Amino acid sequence: MDSLVIAGRAYSSRLLVGTGKYKDFSETRAAIDASGANIVTVAIRRTNIGQDPNQPSLLDALPPSQFTYLPNTAGCYTADDAIRTLRLARELLDGHSLVKLEVLGDPQSLYPNVVETLRAAEVLVKDGFQVMVYTSDDPIVARQLEDIGCVAVMPLASLIGSGMGILNPWNLQIIIDRLTVPVIVDAGVGTASDAAIAMELGCDAVLMNTAIAGAQQPVLMASAMKKAVEAGREAFLAGRMPKKVYQASPSSPTTGIIGT
Amino acid sequence: MINLRINGQPRQFPAPLSIADLVVALDLAGKRIAVEKNGEIVPRSQHGNARVADGDQLEIVVAVGGG
Repeated sequence: MDSLVIAGRAYSSRLLVGTGKYKDFSETRAAIDASGANIVTVAIRRTNIGQDPNQPSLLDALPPSQFTYLPNTAGCYTADDAIRTLRLARELLDGHSLVKLEVLGDPQSLYPNVVETLRAAEVLVKDGFQVMVYTSDDPIVARQLEDIGCVAVMPLASLIGSGMGILNPWNLQIIIDRLTVPVIVDAGVGTASDAAIAMELGCDAVLMNTAIAGAQQPVLMASAMKKAVEAGREAFLAGRMPKKVYQASPSSPTTGIIGT
Repeated sequence: MINLRINGQPRQFPAPLSIADLVVALDLAGKRIAVEKNGEIVPRSQHGNARVADGDQLEIVVAVGGG
């Protein structure tokens, strides 16, 4: 079976999904079921003190026994805040150590601050975390994150939530070719073909949130993404035919044509 | 009377109390939460023993939807 292996654990789905921006938990659950994802990202936030204590929680909609939680550091702009957030996440999730590190540069672009990301990764890896790290598509930084001991490197395809697709397939290709840990495109996928292209390039997986949650019909898009990731993976494994520039090649026999 | 800062908000309690008591007082008993006191995690196993005192800063977090 063609599994995605992260930090020694195998997952059947190569689609990782976020749990934000859905209209309610029932839509969240339906979309995630349709996506077939095993790994779901969650954010860590202050509890609303004084709110109705019987309000449903994300953990009720997506029981941690059925999914692998990937707590993130979305909204953190310094290494220190990211480290603190993930230590809280580890406590919250009973010692769970697989995490998504992201340290952002500014709220307009949400582009990663790679200097702070490298600093946080170093501390977290030493502290026993299994770090899946969001980063730019800079191949040198990607390599440095692998050298630090991150268990997956997750370059952006384009800005978070932009749906602009894969803007620089060449950089992604360099990262895929040079790293040994899984490379997961995280951020920027807008529609199914973007996910398929990422997988055809040889990415090990794709992580997305807004492409599904922001679709007119999120559950249907989740199903489309599942198929796109599977199709892209199979096309990658099959090995595409070489491109022949300015040279056609007939698919039908060239002999026995009538009238010749 | 003790003054605490919980999730950035000032809160007053009549006397020093344990984290476990605080969690009950905040209607969070039985909820999946994590607590940090003055920048340090307070593990769930220590909520009964760990006490909060005047001036303590607490963060109490949950998992929410996110990407």
